[in-house]
Parts: sequence; structure tokens; C-alpha cells
Amino acid sequence: MSAKESTRVEYGKALLKLGEENPDIVALDADLSGSTQTKHFAKAFPQRFFNMGVAEQDLLGTAAGLALGGKIPFASTFAMFATGRAWEQIRQSIAYAKLNVKIVASHGGISVGEDGGSHQAVEDLALMRVLPNMVVLVPADGPETRAMARWAANYQGPVYMRTGRMPFPVIFADDHRFELGRGQILREGEDVTLAGIGLLTHHCLEAADLLAREGVSARVLNLSCLKPLDWQLVVDSARRTGALVTAEEHLATGGLGSAVSEVLAEHYPVPLQRIGLRDTFGTSGKAEILLKHYGLMPDDIRKAALKVLPRKNSR
Amino acid sequence: MVEKSQDIPDSSRLRETARQVRLDIVEMLHRAGSGHTGGSLSATDILVALFFGQMRHNPQDPCWFQRDRFVLSKGHAAPALYAVLSRLGYFPREELLTLRQFGSSLQGHPDSACTPGVEVPTGSLGQGLSIANGMALAARLNGNGARVYVLLGDGEVQEGQIWEAAMSAAHFHLDNLTAILDRNRLQIDGRTAEVMSLEPLAPKWEAFGWHTVEVDGHSFPELLGALQEAEQVKDRPTMIIAHTVKGKGVSIFENQVKYHGVAPNKEEYAQALKELQA
Repeated sequence: MSAKESTRVEYGKALLKLGEENPDIVALDADLSGSTQTKHFAKAFPQRFFNMGVAEQDLLGTAAGLALGGKIPFASTFAMFATGRAWEQIRQSIAYAKLNVKIVASHGGISVGEDGGSHQAVEDLALMRVLPNMVVLVPADGPETRAMARWAANYQGPVYMRTGRMPFPVIFADDHRFELGRGQILREGEDVTLAGIGLLTHHCLEAADLLAREGVSARVLNLSCLKPLDWQLVVDSARRTGALVTAEEHLATGGLGSAVSEVLAEHYPVPLQRIGLRDTFGTSGKAEILLKHYGLMPDDIRKAALKVLPRKNSR
Repeated sequence: MVEKSQDIPDSSRLRETARQVRLDIVEMLHRAGSGHTGGSLSATDILVALFFGQMRHNPQDPCWFQRDRFVLSKGHAAPALYAVLSRLGYFPREELLTLRQFGSSLQGHPDSACTPGVEVPTGSLGQGLSIANGMALAARLNGNGARVYVLLGDGEVQEGQIWEAAMSAAHFHLDNLTAILDRNRLQIDGRTAEVMSLEPLAPKWEAFGWHTVEVDGHSFPELLGALQEAEQVKDRPTMIIAHTVKGKGVSIFENQVKYHGVAPNKEEYAQALKELQA
């Protein structure tokens, strides 16, 4: 097994490095700087760090004002509170205003674990994906987290990036570069496409290994850039493999599964199975147990692939 | 470049400017057929005092880096802001008459992407103070001496975010920030005292750590005096509670709940012209 990294920890390091390179970068947090890992930036650049207290609406509004003043604000809190509590501030003061604010929200998905359903954002991607002007990113590993943070610092406009708490295997090389609107083919295959986002990209790779043992050849995509989605890659995969499985640590509605469904329905309809939470909130428990409980493991993706394969022929 | 006037601005000239702005407002609203009459007229003198008597800004260079910033947090008073901006030369006066029309640069609520002189979109109440705080923090980091002004509605401070921002402005010692509260005592559904009590208002802001003053929001000497006083305050933001009359300047609109979000019809417009031209 390769090395494991947590995307929130890698983000914290990346933000510190970006702060050293660019004096216009400022950071804000809402009393969670230890959890979101903005604490390293806060320690190094106390004049450029603003702890807003437990006040997420003010957090995002203040970030908007800093952007208007020519700064590059990176605002952090838990994904649930950023996108839930402060959705309308993001909508009005950041997305509608098209301001250069980077929202980097940690503790996305159910791998948050023990804190339970109140703290597990399973709808943040849906909430951000509907917003015009918003870029929505979920890195698959540490190198991609660092690449996305660097890209976001240089991009003019609003960005939402979700990071996770749980350490996960590294997929990309250390010098990985991020390109807006581009997904990657991580593994070639002919029979079915497994499209992952965030931590579940690695589960797709593991599922492809399992399927290979059964003689099923799976193409694996990393669709970490949820918006704008690499729709051409989705269509190409549909054409090439004839069936898709999407996998995300999110509700099966509103996130990657929905985004891929929309592309397929409009451009190249093929059978699709969605892996994600089914109309339910999260619950307390160890992350590993929750990933199993909600059917987000490699074997669940394998089963979804075996389920979608016969539908290819019954069209 | 419009540097701050060396002399104390002449109140009678400002009163005349405000009269013309009010004429523009009722004409714009009448032509548009919808919009917010009462709150535009209550805020007119405050905006005239700010833009013609207090702020450093340059209509020929709206993005001048050192300019003072203004946020119209009560975005529904957009007609008053537009009338002031056009009179200063930010855009031609003819555009005023396109208010709220499809394709117009003058959206129903302020939109910075469309209108020169508008710093940020507002209209969803309660969000402007946080934005102004962020601008004030940026101005401090930039060290360019810019001041930030934000106009709040009184109904608007029923929003929780206002009090989050009230706390943070004091916490960060934003003495380059001045907020003005248009205290016209009415909101859409009735009197603020009936809908959701705000008083005691001044002690609230004082308790949150703000230098707080109360003025007659239709008196230029009082408004300008308070704005100048705010510049001298150190380590604290300033709140100017401006007591105003909703619909000020036109008797049939004054203190009438109905005209919060209703534009003048033909007869009302004729009456308004008569009174404002008298």
C-alpha cells in the first residue's frame, strides 16, 4: 500500500507555502483553525489571518470584502457550516458578486466519523454545484490538494474546495498539476467506467483491481473537478465503455452522480449506477465502519459495476 | 480627482443637490413602475452628505485604489445611490430612466458588474456590514488610508449577521469604518417597533464596542459633523444612527408604510414634482 495523506493536512501545508510566496494571500477561519489546518498560516502570518469566531456568515462576508480590497482570501470552516449556514452569503456576496474568494472547507463527507450526522456534509457539493460562477473541487489525494490550492491562488474567481479528515492513499506524483475542467483517466479499460471524486477515486482504483480478477476491464476516471465537469471525458467514456458507475462520499443526488447523469442524458445516454448516500444523513461511528455502512467501499463499486454491465446489452 | 473639500461643504448647496436627487428618484421610480420609494427618500441626505461632502473618490476613475469605499447594505435604496452616482458623473443621467428594465445597467438592486461606482452587489439584507469589515481590513493591510462607509437599514439590523459583524468590527478595531443606520422606523410590514423591536438601539451598538452617535439624518451640519468626528475616533468603528423620515420630501409618502416598496403612480408623481419643485 502506498503512503497515506489527509487532504486537510496537505491543504494546511500548501496554504502556508502559498502565504510565503504571495503577500496578498490572507486566511480566515471560524474557530476551527486546528481542524481545518489553517493554524499553520495563522502562526506564520498573524497579521494576515482573521479568526472570525463561531460566525460563518460573517466569515464569508468578510472574505468577500477582503477580495474587494485586492486580497486573495482563503476562508475555512467545516464543509457543513460553510455551505449550509452561510449558503446565501456565498450565493450573494461571493458567487453573484463573482469575487475572488477561495472557500476551503474541511470535514466533507461521512469519513468525518464520530462527530456524527450534524457535522458530516453530505450535500455540500450539491449546494455549491448549483451556483453560477462557482468552481467546485474535491481533491483525490495529497498531491492533488496541493496542486488545486496553488491553482486556486492564481485563478480569479470563486472556488469551493472540499477537504477530508481521513488519511487516504496517495495516487498522483508529487509534481501533479491541476487543470480546470479536466478529469484524468487513471486506468484504461473497455467494459465499464468507474468515475470517482475525492477519496472515492481511490476506491474506484481498488474496485478496478477486483473487477480485473473477474475478467471485467474497467476504465477509472478522477473527476475531482466537479464544476466545470469534464463532460467530454464523460461522453468519451460512455462511448468507449458503454456503462458508468459514479462514486462519491456525498448524497447520490446533487453531486457527481447527478452531474454525470445530466451529461449522459443530454449527450450520450448509457446505463449508469450511482454510489453515494441514498436519501439519508450520516451517523456517528469510525470512518471505516461508516464507509462500509453507506456502501462506499471498493466492493460496493465492484457490485455496482456488475449490476450495470447486463443493462448495456438489454438496451 | 475629487479630494475631500478643504472647506466645510455648504449646507444649502447640499440641500439643493438632495432636492435634485429626490426629483431623480421619483422620476426613476415612476418610470420603472416598481421599486422602493420610502427608503430611497429617507437615505437621500445621508448619501448626498457622504458622496458630495465626505468621501474621497473619483468619478473619472471609479477603481482609484486609494478611494474611500461605500457599501449600500440596504440595497433596496438603489435609486438614491444611482441618482447620486449619475449626478457625480459616474454614468450619464439618461441611464437613470432605464432603471429595472431588461438590459439596463441599473439593476433593481445594486450590481457592481453593471454600474460604475457600485462596489459590491447588495440587496439581500444583513450582508453589507461583513463586506465593509473585510474592505476595512484590506484597506488597513494595504495601508492606503482608505475609509469604508456602509449604510444599513433599520429593519435590516434584525438580521443576525449584522451582530456577528458588529462584534468583529469592534474586535478588529476597525477605526477606518463608519456605519450609518437609516433609522426611519418603518419596514415593509409596519413599524419596526411592531414588527420586531430594535430599541434600545444606540446602547446596543455601544455595548458591542462601537463609538455611537445619533444625528438628524436630514441635517447636513449634523451628518457631516458626525462623519468628520468618526475620522478622529481611534481603535473603534463608528455607528451614526441617523434619525430619518421614510419618504422624506414628499408629504404623501412621508411616514407611510405603504410606500416602502411601491413606486409613485401618475397622480402621486405629479404631486411629488409639485412639492419638490416648490
